[in-house]
Amino acid sequence: MRRNQVAVVGAAETTELGVIPNMSQIQLHADAALNAIADAGLKLSDIDGFATAVETPQQMAHYLGITPTWVDGTSVGGCSFMLHVRHAAAAIEAGLCKTVLITHAESGKSMIGKQPRFTAPDSLNGQFEAPFGVYGPPSMFPIPVLRFMKTHGITHEQLAMVAVVQREWAAKNPRATMKDPITVADVLNSRMIAYPFRLLQCCLVTDGGGALILTSADRAKDFPRKPVYILGTGESVETPMVSQMKTFDSSRAFKVAGPLAFKEAGITHKDVDHLMIYDAFAHLPLYGLGDLGFMPYEEAGKFIADGNTRPGGKLPLNTNGGGLSYMHSGMYGMYALQESVRQMRGIAPAQVPNAKISVCHGVGGMFAASGTIIFTNER
Amino acid sequence: MAEPARAKPKPTPETQHFWDGTKAGELRLQRCDACANVYFPPRPFCPSCASRKVSVFKASGKGKLYSYVINHRPAAPGFTPPYAIAVVELDEGPRMMSNIIDCPQTPEALELDMPLEVAFEALDDKITLPLFRPAKG
Repeated sequence: MRRNQVAVVGAAETTELGVIPNMSQIQLHADAALNAIADAGLKLSDIDGFATAVETPQQMAHYLGITPTWVDGTSVGGCSFMLHVRHAAAAIEAGLCKTVLITHAESGKSMIGKQPRFTAPDSLNGQFEAPFGVYGPPSMFPIPVLRFMKTHGITHEQLAMVAVVQREWAAKNPRATMKDPITVADVLNSRMIAYPFRLLQCCLVTDGGGALILTSADRAKDFPRKPVYILGTGESVETPMVSQMKTFDSSRAFKVAGPLAFKEAGITHKDVDHLMIYDAFAHLPLYGLGDLGFMPYEEAGKFIADGNTRPGGKLPLNTNGGGLSYMHSGMYGMYALQESVRQMRGIAPAQVPNAKISVCHGVGGMFAASGTIIFTNER
Repeated sequence: MAEPARAKPKPTPETQHFWDGTKAGELRLQRCDACANVYFPPRPFCPSCASRKVSVFKASGKGKLYSYVINHRPAAPGFTPPYAIAVVELDEGPRMMSNIIDCPQTPEALELDMPLEVAFEALDDKITLPLFRPAKG
């Protein structure tokens, strides 16, 4: 894909984040969509392209009153929205549509109007994983981490520091769910969830949503907000069964999507001012730093523990507080994208001074899928 | 009311040989006749070279502990926490999820790379699960 041909011109989260007991899941989508439309200074009738995940495009388009000529229902977990951005950019460039709305919302905490997840007993997951006691992401996502730690010499304390540092960022974000400072001891003494991970190394469970509006870079200059350009993109999938990953030492999906985006953007790691790595659990930033090529895996734990990703550090990472402290409704990728856009607009609560390039890396399922978007505010 | 039971697999035409195998006390894998790739989970073609000429064979049942979690909460129906959910690397190459029996469910007892051997646990007259225990000797 060509660089900087498409831009984000509207971006917003739901009016509230956290516990929202007075809204169903589709209304959370609509709340985010209406906020994004207002942010872009558009009307719903201006939207001719629409993408969403979990909820179907037909459900949400009808609920919103949109008649799209391009739709994308890619639903590969929490990074679906990174893939939507990539697909939307290609569609806009190809002339299939002009103005794309991407919505995410999940009533993850209140569970209003949310279909329960179900593993069919004759699916491969149902036959070869479910019988062994996996039960929700906390029992599955951390399965690779002990092998990753052994191979790369990562310590429990370093994995605890991931949560500690992200809480420092969250403290600067008024909308973050958890803002009180924590220590390594707090993390390592919190309730055991699935060894080696404890409560403070697992993501929050909240309600909320977000929406993005994309159009061509040429049109973007006429919008009220500072355009945020799509510089590079990547995507891939591996397997829905965590047990069947090629290796636990890295994520194949990450290693395909991340470098693809860097190549497309034509940048090196030194050019990155701001980084988001989807952190459903504390090990994901370490996989991301290694798989995206920022550093050898062996250095990733120490890099975070030494403070390089904290406020004032040389590589600001997960500056909203991440899925561990900001919010996590179930598919966090949209919130990582929102924070990258805020940073590129220069309006983030924990703004990185003079940030020009933001890398936003997402995961779907348990390392099942991945999407990477590189943004810039300079064309 | 009966205790909630653990999730029970339902075989498909492509996986029936595997579940027939565990019922007969055998861990069955597939090998590609064209490129010799050994793979899991079951399917009637080779995911490496796409050949449809593949054979089912009885695996050694030996492997080692590749990684695991010890799940505390929430517990799956039919399980009493804490219990380990393990990924076993079979001597033939493929990995599979399982549980480790005859072993304390603790980080001290569950050492990565420890040798394991398959054990079979019948859920009912149709389905027997392949579990693993520390290898003897």
